[in-house]
Amino acid sequence: MSKNIISLISGIIFGMGLAISGMTDPQKVIGFLDIFGNWVPDLIFVMFNALVVSALGYQLSRRMHKPMLEESFIIPKKNHINKELIQGAFIFGIGWGLYGLCPGPALASINNQVALVFIVSMFGGMQLANKVIKS
Amino acid sequence: MENFLYPTIGGLLIGLSASILLLFNGKIAGISSIFWNSFHRPNRFDSLLFILGLPIGSMLAYSWLGIATPRLPDDNMFLVLLSGLLVGFGVKLGSGCTSGHGVCGIGRFSVRSIVATTTFITSGIITVYLTALL
Repeated sequence: MSKNIISLISGIIFGMGLAISGMTDPQKVIGFLDIFGNWVPDLIFVMFNALVVSALGYQLSRRMHKPMLEESFIIPKKNHINKELIQGAFIFGIGWGLYGLCPGPALASINNQVALVFIVSMFGGMQLANKVIKS
Repeated sequence: MENFLYPTIGGLLIGLSASILLLFNGKIAGISSIFWNSFHRPNRFDSLLFILGLPIGSMLAYSWLGIATPRLPDDNMFLVLLSGLLVGFGVKLGSGCTSGHGVCGIGRFSVRSIVATTTFITSGIITVYLTALL
């Protein structure tokens, strides 16, 4: 029960962070990626601060035997660079640059119809990739 | 000042959220994976609650701070569909997005995540550069 409450609270804080930071504004995101044009560097502060705090949280987790409410940490163990990683990241970046939304900000804007269309299409893309991975 | 302050506060909150999820539930705050899990895994209920929290959080932030809700252009819905499709395909194939690789992954010095983040920022920059030429 309490782990569900933690999930909801984390989601709410994450959504607040996205909205306050400007990540939910496609114009700002495209401005951030437009380094050869009219570059808007604001979002560097989002990445940097999010990274520092999450790195601190991770260091803290390494001093714990298990998380507070679960039996073990679920941390990705893969460490080899394969072509799926590179191809996937490259394709994701193209989609991100085309409209200026990535999954978090899109989901944080799901009450907007345009974002909803984006999310449905995104889910379709995930299903497609899942078939490619399995084949 | 707002250019610096809001992104900083927002970033701190994102990092805080990722840390809470890790330290309490043992999970990585990778949005694309959590979204996928909320449809597929047996533990989908708590994933779904996290996803539900995102729009609640953003709406609270807009109303408390009086931030204007960003406009999402709807003049080219084909672009929205194409962009969504590529984002979904790419994050699933590449095992993560801005949060999972960019924030959490780099935060634990994962080489995979550093490579992925460099790659998607680079292809994003190229895409924005090329679309500006059109």
